Amino acid sequence: MEIEVHVLHYLVISTVMMFCGIYGFFTRKNLLALLISAELMLNATNINFAVFNRYLFPEQLEGHFFSLFGIAIAAAETAVAIAIIINVYRNINKILTDDISEMKG
Amino acid sequence: MEYTIFILALPVLSFLVLALAGMKMPHKVAGAIGTLSLAAVTVLSYITAIGYFSAPRTAEGLLPVSTPWNFQWLPFTESLHIDMGIMLDPISVMMLVVISTVSLMVHIYSFGYMKGERGFQRYYAFLSLFTFSMLGLVVATNIFQMYVFWELVGVSSYLLIGFYYTKPEAIAASKKAFIVTRFADLGFLIGILIYGYYMQTFTFSPSEEQLMKAGMVLPWALGLMFVGGAGKSAMFPLHIWLPDAMEGPTPVSALIHAATMVVAGVYLVARMFPLFIGFAPQTLHWVAYIGMFTAFYAATVACVQSDIKRVLAFSTISQIGFMMVALGVSTSLDPHEGGLGYMASMFHLFTHAMFKALLFLGAGCVIHAVHSNEMSFMGGLRKYMPVTHITFLIACLAIAGIPPFSGFFSKDEILAACFRFSPVAGWIMTIIAGMTAFYMFRLYYCIFWGKTNDNYAHHTPHESPVVMTLPLVILAAITVVAGWAMPFGHFVSSNGHVYDIHLDTTVATTSIIVAVLAIIIATWMYAGKTQPVADMLQKKFSRLHHAAYRRFFMDEIWMFVTKKIIFRCISTPLAWFDRHVIDQFMNFMAWATNAAGETAQPVQSGKIQTYTMWFLGGIIILTAALILL
Repeated sequence: MEIEVHVLHYLVISTVMMFCGIYGFFTRKNLLALLISAELMLNATNINFAVFNRYLFPEQLEGHFFSLFGIAIAAAETAVAIAIIINVYRNINKILTDDISEMKG
Repeated sequence: MEYTIFILALPVLSFLVLALAGMKMPHKVAGAIGTLSLAAVTVLSYITAIGYFSAPRTAEGLLPVSTPWNFQWLPFTESLHIDMGIMLDPISVMMLVVISTVSLMVHIYSFGYMKGERGFQRYYAFLSLFTFSMLGLVVATNIFQMYVFWELVGVSSYLLIGFYYTKPEAIAASKKAFIVTRFADLGFLIGILIYGYYMQTFTFSPSEEQLMKAGMVLPWALGLMFVGGAGKSAMFPLHIWLPDAMEGPTPVSALIHAATMVVAGVYLVARMFPLFIGFAPQTLHWVAYIGMFTAFYAATVACVQSDIKRVLAFSTISQIGFMMVALGVSTSLDPHEGGLGYMASMFHLFTHAMFKALLFLGAGCVIHAVHSNEMSFMGGLRKYMPVTHITFLIACLAIAGIPPFSGFFSKDEILAACFRFSPVAGWIMTIIAGMTAFYMFRLYYCIFWGKTNDNYAHHTPHESPVVMTLPLVILAAITVVAGWAMPFGHFVSSNGHVYDIHLDTTVATTSIIVAVLAIIIATWMYAGKTQPVADMLQKKFSRLHHAAYRRFFMDEIWMFVTKKIIFRCISTPLAWFDRHVIDQFMNFMAWATNAAGETAQPVQSGKIQTYTMWFLGGIIILTAALILL
């Protein structure tokens, strides 16, 4: 049986990814897990961009380019975030958010 | 006459040079810069004066008022703007001559008097600043420029009185002088503002219609301006700063507190004279009454002071009183009718500046020789200091009103003007003139006659160097000839027309008789080796003597007024209000901000998840708001 892949299918996946990311971001204490959750959210949005472009405005390319930008930015952000996390770990030997509250008012 | 700008530019330049670079210069160079620039100013002033007074008169027989420089500085409305410029008219040109002459003499004299003094360059810088301010005051084209320079002379006077800034008395005196004159200048400022508001101009000649509209306001404005003038000119009861100002170096006293700055008030009244006559004759008479009382009061105090500079200070106050009286008794602009006083006042200003500067510089020589201001350290100095003695005697004769010295002629005009106003005023002023002769000769005998002081054994007094005696001789020469060699009435008169000074024989004879009598009494009392009569009188009227010696407790009364009344009834409640209401309100603001911060502070927990929760909450609320609205 041939299943026709509809826009709704994509959106369900991206929504699930999005809320997984949000859930992970709020519940996990490990900085690396937070970073992964953030990546999940970003990718959810990237899928949305591509899908809306593909199904609603097939003759245009803005959505695709936006998702490309999103991937590039996510890569850069990951590099910076990993660097920060490594530095934090080197300095205080801790990686859980509960232990990192030096900057509070 | 565009070159007149240099009369102002040169002193200010020399001030800047001396103030900025003076400390790196040797004393002689600094003094030479100040003196040479002042000499150039003097030459320019004389050229201006000769050019101005010899210029052809207008068809009405007046000397033209010229304004070679004038630029608009601060415009307010179409007609109301503050200008800066130079105005030449008979009295301002006359004042240029007086100021530059006396200032040059003081500059030269100070070479000797201030020799080796610490801060010599600073002294010359301040002298230049003062000369600039005073010249700017007299050539002012409008009342506001006059006020600006008026305050500048106040500042330079403050700086020069406090020249010996390590001496507590000098500091106290300079503060006193500044505060008292500033206090009076408040009146002046209010007067100027009222004048500017109603006349719609700051110039000295407002339009007819504005004058008509102003009505009763003008006498008040002029009266308030006179309050400022009274402060600067040391009129009772604002005179208290002048005797203390003698703490400054003696040449400064000669220049500022005898010849030039203290007559600024007289000059101010003379400047506004046409308005006084036309619209505020009653105010002008008040000027006369205040001047008369001041002249009398200062003369009585001068009779018992023992510090020679204090005697001269009170004599200055008294003589300025004479000038004020002369202006105040004027009743019309015509010198033949009732306007004689204007000319007399300006004439006396001129001659007084010369002989009073001479007296102060002579006193400076004496102080230089005996190292004290007190009469008890003096006596018999005529043998040691012949030049000072002769020139001092000439000045005493001039101020006493003995012909042919200059003071006689100007004082005679004042007395004639007073007699014309009312015989009572005339007689009062004649008696005060007699007192002047008495206390001046008391001073003269106590310094130069009597027994030789014992202190001379350790330190023989000597005549001052030529650089100090030369100005004395020049001023003495001016004092001898200024009265009769110069047709003063041709230069300055109340309506600007040529006025021939003619002696009123009755007045002149009475005043000479009174003056000679006073001198004879002074000779009888003070010329001998001992002074039995004076000592006896002092014992007999010891309370009166004490009161006069303490200047009739005017300083104490002022202290009472300020400390007990002004401080207690005005300043203390205001301070309470400031501390408890205004400060408390400000404290409350600071406290509220602080408390708000303390309350909000726990939100900043440092836990990333908490922040993201806040963020999510915000997003949800915003989204909800967008959907619902």
